[in-house]
Amino acid sequence: MSDKIKFTMDGVEIEATQGQTIMQAADEAGMYIPRLCAHKDLLPFGSCRVCTVMVNDRPQTACTQPVSPGMSVESETEELNDIRRSIVEMLFVEGNHYCPFCEKSGNCELQALGYRLGMLAPRYPYMFNKHDVDASHPDIYIDHNRCILCARCVRSSKELDGKNVFQFVGRGIHKRVAFNSDTDLSGTDVSVTDKAIENCPVGAILKKRSAYAVPIGKRKYDSQPLGSDIESRKAAVKQG
Amino acid sequence: MAKPKIATASLAGCFGCHMSLLDIDDRILKLVELVDFDKSPVDDIKKFTGRCAVGLIEGGCCNEENVHNLQYFRENCDILISVGECAIMGGIPAMRNNIPLKECLDEAYLNGPTVYNPSGKIPGDKELPLILDRVYPCHEVVKMDYHLPGCPPPADLLWQALVALLENKPMDLPYEVIKYD
Repeated sequence: MSDKIKFTMDGVEIEATQGQTIMQAADEAGMYIPRLCAHKDLLPFGSCRVCTVMVNDRPQTACTQPVSPGMSVESETEELNDIRRSIVEMLFVEGNHYCPFCEKSGNCELQALGYRLGMLAPRYPYMFNKHDVDASHPDIYIDHNRCILCARCVRSSKELDGKNVFQFVGRGIHKRVAFNSDTDLSGTDVSVTDKAIENCPVGAILKKRSAYAVPIGKRKYDSQPLGSDIESRKAAVKQG
Repeated sequence: MAKPKIATASLAGCFGCHMSLLDIDDRILKLVELVDFDKSPVDDIKKFTGRCAVGLIEGGCCNEENVHNLQYFRENCDILISVGECAIMGGIPAMRNNIPLKECLDEAYLNGPTVYNPSGKIPGDKELPLILDRVYPCHEVVKMDYHLPGCPPPADLLWQALVALLENKPMDLPYEVIKYD
């Protein structure tokens, strides 16, 4: 087939379809590239930089960079994983991430990425910035302390829910998620069934009255590292 | 050869991490064969009796006594380990960190709905350690050599990390034991 191309990632030859991103091709081949803002149902965004890989010795985000024939991609290197860990650490010190009592703990992608990358304590000083909680909506609340500004809610609302509930305001350290409302979250047309709620990787947007439903030890990332669903495809790909 | 010595402290913590250490069950008999306990709430020794191989610190620093105690441990321990989320990031006590100290004290001693305080004063006895402007993680006060996360860190993590250190072997910790909650 003419639209099939081949490239190598970490020394493994991967067959991909022209037009795919590196991340899509690697996922299909069962090779996991760490990520935070990327989501399989959303358009590539490239903001968190966690999926940065070396493409022919140049850094590129795997979620936005298309594959090309013969390209050489490096992902699982000590240097790249240290950069990824440092990004996760910056997110941990900039927000207020109290894992011990967070409802998302055990199912949180930021936390699971910390586990996967071996973060024991961040190398940066904690900032303890002040952030608000909006619990005005009857079914949903948003805790800005836990927000990592991945824009999954912004994009999900627009791309999947056909709404425009969330948007960023402010710049730099003052950047935060705001709502399409004159008042607060209750003044928007957000619904508890929106994909924007489901796709939040952390405990920033949560459904009320659903916390701590799964006991410790049985939560998503208690015994299975983040990305192991993708990596389990590898055996299938080899057999196939 | 004399057994290496271990010291432990609970700073701004809840003693849950110490409970988790006791949760190693009958391995505590092996631990007593491996080490002697020096300054620790476990044996109630108040002052270091000699140099310690390992110091385990639970809790962050919320007052000046915590800081002095942590510095005392740093001076007397070869290896100092942050044990648990409070030592690593301040934990629950650090929830006051983005509220001005005066507001916290006013709420606790003057304005809180259940406060009974006829004196109308915030306690200021010089015997009380001065409270810090915010709660500090241990590694922002002194150099910490290792961090064992968890709330509390599982007994298996504490046990495996301690044994690896004492036997001078690399720590090969399974995925399940490193958790932040």
